Amino acid sequence: MNEETKRLGIVTSGSLTKGVEVRLDSSASVEDMAVGRYVTIEGEKQRFFGMITDVSLGVIDQKLTLTPPDVSDPFMAEVLAGTSTYGTIHVSPYLTIGGNVASLLEGAQPVKTVPSHFSTVNLASQRDVELVFGGEDEKRFYIGTPLDMETKVCLDLDELVKRSNGIFGKSGTGKTFLTRLLLIGMLQKGTAANLVFDMHSEYGWEGRSEERRKVKALKQLFPSRVAVFTLDEESSRRRRVSTDFVVRIGYDEIEPEDIGLLRQTLNLTEASVQAVYQLYREFGNKRWIEATLELEDGDETKQLLTRLNIHDSTYRNLRRGLETIRRLPFLLPHAPDNPVKHILEYLDQGINVVLEFGRYTDITAYILVANLLTRRIHAQYRERMEKALGEDMAPPHPLVITIEEAHKFLNSEVSSQTIFGTIAREMRKYNVTLLVIDQRPSGIDDEVMSQMGTKITCLLDNERDIDSVLAGVSRKSELKSVLSRLESRQQALIFGHAVPMPVVIRTREYGSAQSYKEFIPSRETESRRQAEKDIEELWE
Amino acid sequence: MSEVQRVGEVIEASTTDFVAQCYELYQSPPLGSLVKTRDLGVELYGIVYNATTTSFEPGRRPIARGKDETTEEAVYQASPQLLKLLKSEFSALVVGHRQGDKLYHYLPPKPARIHGFVYLCSPEEVKEFSQSFDFLNILINTRLPVAMDELVAACLRQMSQVYEDRRIFLVAAGKELAILLSGNFNQLKAILERIKT
Repeated sequence: MNEETKRLGIVTSGSLTKGVEVRLDSSASVEDMAVGRYVTIEGEKQRFFGMITDVSLGVIDQKLTLTPPDVSDPFMAEVLAGTSTYGTIHVSPYLTIGGNVASLLEGAQPVKTVPSHFSTVNLASQRDVELVFGGEDEKRFYIGTPLDMETKVCLDLDELVKRSNGIFGKSGTGKTFLTRLLLIGMLQKGTAANLVFDMHSEYGWEGRSEERRKVKALKQLFPSRVAVFTLDEESSRRRRVSTDFVVRIGYDEIEPEDIGLLRQTLNLTEASVQAVYQLYREFGNKRWIEATLELEDGDETKQLLTRLNIHDSTYRNLRRGLETIRRLPFLLPHAPDNPVKHILEYLDQGINVVLEFGRYTDITAYILVANLLTRRIHAQYRERMEKALGEDMAPPHPLVITIEEAHKFLNSEVSSQTIFGTIAREMRKYNVTLLVIDQRPSGIDDEVMSQMGTKITCLLDNERDIDSVLAGVSRKSELKSVLSRLESRQQALIFGHAVPMPVVIRTREYGSAQSYKEFIPSRETESRRQAEKDIEELWE
Repeated sequence: MSEVQRVGEVIEASTTDFVAQCYELYQSPPLGSLVKTRDLGVELYGIVYNATTTSFEPGRRPIARGKDETTEEAVYQASPQLLKLLKSEFSALVVGHRQGDKLYHYLPPKPARIHGFVYLCSPEEVKEFSQSFDFLNILINTRLPVAMDELVAACLRQMSQVYEDRRIFLVAAGKELAILLSGNFNQLKAILERIKT
C-alpha cells in the first residue's frame, strides 16, 4: 500500500463534542501514531479531516490484562495484535473536505456531524493537507510544515491582521523566530505595517539563534522597507546597526496615565497615582513632572501639598518613582523632535518601524515608551479611521503593534487602563491590532486573551499557562494533550482565526542563506543579489 | 488433481454429523482432517472429530490374547479372524457443502446418505475450503465428545500442511479465533499453544 492512502482503521464510536474513537487495524501499529497527525475519514457522504488527539491501548477480554500472554513467542504476539489486543486512536474531526457541494465550492467546511459507524480512517495525504491549509499565494504565508509531512501550512495574513494575535511559549522555545517569521510574512505580503517594540534588539538587525549563530533580521532582508529607531544610539552603533532615527522623549509628553501603568514597576501606591492627576491639573500638562521634581522641601511645598490634600509619605513615594523615570537617559526635559510624528510618517509610507531598546531592557523603560508612543499612534489612527468613515475615504493601512512581555501591559490589573488593553479589545475597528509575545500567558487578562484572533503557541508546561492559552477553544482537553507534547524547539500549535483548524507545525527554516533568499520577493533585486552572494560565500 | 483417497462408507448420518466405517481396520483418517461424501448433487464436507475401533458385536468385548506372543503383530497373525471381528469407525462433523460450483461454509439442507462413500479431501480442496474460516464457528459451538480446543487445533494443523507458508495460514486462523473466542481468552490461549509452529 502506498503512502498516499495508508489505512489506519475504522471508526467505532464517538460524538461531535468529544471526537471519534478509531480502532486500529492490526497492520497499523500504535507506535507509529503521533498526536497531532492528520487523518481523513471516509464517511458515507462526506470526507472528514481531523487530527489525532490521543492514542490508547485496548483489550477485548479483561483476563488478558490479568494473565498476560507470553508475547515473547512471536506467533502468539502476531495473532493477538489487532484482535484481542488492539490500539485505538482518538480523532477530532474538524473539517469536511469534498464530498458535498458546499465544501467543493468553498473549500473545507467546519464539521457539523460525525462519520457513520465503521467508516474507514486513512492517514491524510499531502493533497488533503494542501486542500485544507492552502498553498502559498499573495495572501497566504508559508509558516511551516505539519509533523512528518512536506506540505506547506500557510497562514492567511489578511485574516490574521484583522485581529490581535498572540505568540506564546516558554523561554527558548522559538517565540522570537516565529515572530520574525510572521513579521517577514507581513512585510513580504504587504498586508500591514508593523511597529515593533523590540525589547532585546533582535528584530531590526542581527539576532542570535540558540546555537549562538548569527541570524539576519528584518532590516537586513528588506533594507528599503524597514526603519530601525533606537532609544540607545550607543548600543546600536556598537552593534553596527544602521539606525534611521534616535528616539528622545520629553517629560512634557508623559501623561498621568503613563505613570498609572508603571505603578507596579515603580512601586507606587494607589494614592501616589491619584496624586499624579492632581499635580497634573495643578502644573499643567506640559511641565508637571519637572515642576514636581523641582519642588523643594519647605513651607511652600507643604502648603501646596496640604492644599492638594496629598500626604507627605505619598509625595515621597511618588517623587522616588519620578526620579527613577528621570534617570532614564532617553528622557529629556524637552525632546528636540517628535518621535510619534516620525513613526507615523514611516508607517504611512508602508515602512515598518522597529524600535530598539538597546541597553534599556529595564521593564520600566519598555512599558513607558511602548505605552506612550502607542497611545498617540492609536489616537491618530482613530482620528483617521473616523475621518475615513465620514468622508468615504480609504481607511488607513492596517497597523500591527508588536509587544513583548505582554503580561506586564495586559495583566488584569492594568489592562483596563493601558492603551494595549483597549487595542486588544476594540481596535480592530480602527485597523490597529496587536501581536502579543509572552511567556506567561496566564498573566494576561482573560478578556484580552479571549479577544485574540489567532494564537500561536510553542511548548508550555505550566498548567495555568496552558489553560489560559486554550481558554474558550472547543475541544480544549484534546488540544491540551497536543500542546504539552510539543517538542521544545521549532514546533508550534496554531489555532484560531487565520487557520481553518488547529495545526501543529514544524516552523519553517530560518537562518540559512537559502531561507533568506526565499523570503525576498524577486522585485527586491539588491537584497536578492546579496542573498545569492551569501550562498556563494558558503561554498568558498 | 491428485487422486482422491476413499476412506470409508457412511453408516450413520444426521444433519450435523455422520459416522463412517473404514474399509480397513485402523485406517481412519487423522483427527481434524477434512473429508467429504456425496448426496445426489450435493457434496458434504466434514471434519473428523472422533474415531473408534470396536468389536462388531456390541456385547462381545475383545479379550487380551498376547500373553504367549512376543510381538503385537504376532497376536494378529495367530488369530487372523480378529481383523474380521473388529471394525474402525470415525465421526465427522458437517461443516459445509458444495452445490454446483459454489462452496458454502454452513450446514447442507439434507444429511448424508447411508453407504455414501467417504473420501479424504485433496490438498487443493483443503486449500479451497480453508479460504474462509467460517467453519471454525461450527467447530467451536458444537458440543462434541472431544474437547473443542483439541479438535480446532488438530484441524488447523492438518489444514496448514497444504500451505507452503504454514505460518501465514495459522496466524490468520489465530486472528479469526481471537475474535470468535473474544470472551474466553484461556481457551484461545490453549488452542494457540497447540497450533504454534
